[in-house]
Amino acid sequence: MSANLSAIFYLISGILFILALRGLSSPETSRQGNYFGIFGMLISIIVTFLSIGNFGPGFVYVMVFLLIGGSIGAFIAFKIPMTAMPELVAGFHSLVGLAAVFVAISAFLKPIAFGLGDVGNIKLASLIEMSLGAAIGAITFSGSIIAFLKLRGIMSGSPITFKGQHLINLILGITIILLIYYLCISQLSNVFWSIVIISFVVGVLLIIPIGGADMPVVISMLNSYSGWAAAGIGFTLENSALIITGALVGSSGAILSYIMCKGMNRSFFNVILGGWGATEQAANSKDLEQKPVKNGNADDAAFLMKNASSVIIVPGYGMAVAQAQHALREMVDALKKNGVKVSYAIHPVAGRMPGHMNVLLAEANVPYDEVFELEEINNDFANCDVAYVIGANDVTNPVAKSDPQSPIYGMPVLDVEKSKSVLFVKRSLSPGYAGIDNDLFYRDNTLMLFADAKKMTEEIVKSL
Amino acid sequence: MEIDPFIFRLSIFILSIFVGYYVVWSVTPSLHTPLMSVTNAISSVIIVGAIIAALAGSSEKIFETSNIFGFLAIILAAVNIFGGFLVTQRMLQMYKKKKK
Repeated sequence: MSANLSAIFYLISGILFILALRGLSSPETSRQGNYFGIFGMLISIIVTFLSIGNFGPGFVYVMVFLLIGGSIGAFIAFKIPMTAMPELVAGFHSLVGLAAVFVAISAFLKPIAFGLGDVGNIKLASLIEMSLGAAIGAITFSGSIIAFLKLRGIMSGSPITFKGQHLINLILGITIILLIYYLCISQLSNVFWSIVIISFVVGVLLIIPIGGADMPVVISMLNSYSGWAAAGIGFTLENSALIITGALVGSSGAILSYIMCKGMNRSFFNVILGGWGATEQAANSKDLEQKPVKNGNADDAAFLMKNASSVIIVPGYGMAVAQAQHALREMVDALKKNGVKVSYAIHPVAGRMPGHMNVLLAEANVPYDEVFELEEINNDFANCDVAYVIGANDVTNPVAKSDPQSPIYGMPVLDVEKSKSVLFVKRSLSPGYAGIDNDLFYRDNTLMLFADAKKMTEEIVKSL
Repeated sequence: MEIDPFIFRLSIFILSIFVGYYVVWSVTPSLHTPLMSVTNAISSVIIVGAIIAALAGSSEKIFETSNIFGFLAIILAAVNIFGGFLVTQRMLQMYKKKKK
């Protein structure tokens, strides 16, 4: 296949990828969008085979490896529980990153195969592109691994900070840039390897100071990085499908990071520099016992909700941890039978990744037109009889609106306290991730339900 | 004076960032998780580079160092492609409208 023809096909698959993302503007068109994506991928792979035109033993091996990887991927995709989606996405990001590193290494070792010149005499632009691709890919890889370990609970979710952390990151960042410059003038392979290794280290250092609840930002950011790495490789290979995709994914991740940061009213750098909330915890735990709270049980909750005319459910990460989404759906079904109007309110940063709660509710067969975003539903709390807060905490804290001293001041929160009564399912009175005491616990209209989210919801179903 | 082909690629890149910007803003927030998994899948089009890397060089010596990196990259990208698209599909199947 001629180079021009294959370039046109790569362009087509790039356009199909755009349509794949476009489809996600509504759930009805999204499935079709996904098929566009698959089709685009198929075109890219077939065109690559045809343009190489080598169907010898190497081709057989390529197919074998492709099928090995494909079956592993398919197996994971079918087996993975929906609650594990954040760590799955983090894991997948790491693979894209590592693949980018490997392709860059291969291009550096054998530039002639990619039409980039000879060993020791690689074109300047290609050298910059491939080393950038390798560096970003390596950062994506090791950063995603750390994010994966934190989300999986293998590594503690609390921020790891040490003195001079930011300075070290800065020095390493500058070192990478200087090494890329040095690589361009020297073409030495040791310099290239150093860039890759230092980038791996930077990835780790970049993610360890970021705490568990900031994971939505981290995952989005790594998503963005994996895109830029792909784009870097795309420039090296002079492949428009890769360049388009890289740009799409890069901007997609960046927008998601922005939305997540806005959901917490924090600047991107504030999140990246990390360490938030690590110090607050101790100071706040003292006055916890002094204030009285109203303690309720499942029967109280069932009684309140049965006699309500409208109930708003506020799910959070705790619901995911307890796997309470199915029980919740049963509860809502029972309420609906009693003529109660039920809707769901989702805060942008509820859960550990963008859209996390929506997927879990969808899994439990909750129709998506009963699920609302913060701006859509926030005014409805004032007219609602019961707010059922399950596994959410900081995103409901009224302190964010009233106390300028609070670290979460200014963060958009769900106006849960405006509803006639609040049912707050929580295992204990301990403060949320941010280490901030939730004023909502002590309000007159709040009834605390101390239990595991799933158990409590199941008990409520029983007493309904 | 002739324009460097790099400039054309740069143009594609920058225009695609803008396309991505507008397309992604129109994605409904409830589909942000599928958005991440599908971007994951499509960024694995890097497999194109992996295939070139794996098949580079003479057909007698299939497993030179540069080829091995290519083959490894193929496995990684393939996991992502199949895993990414299939898990996205699985998620999207779950989004249902209220039965009227």
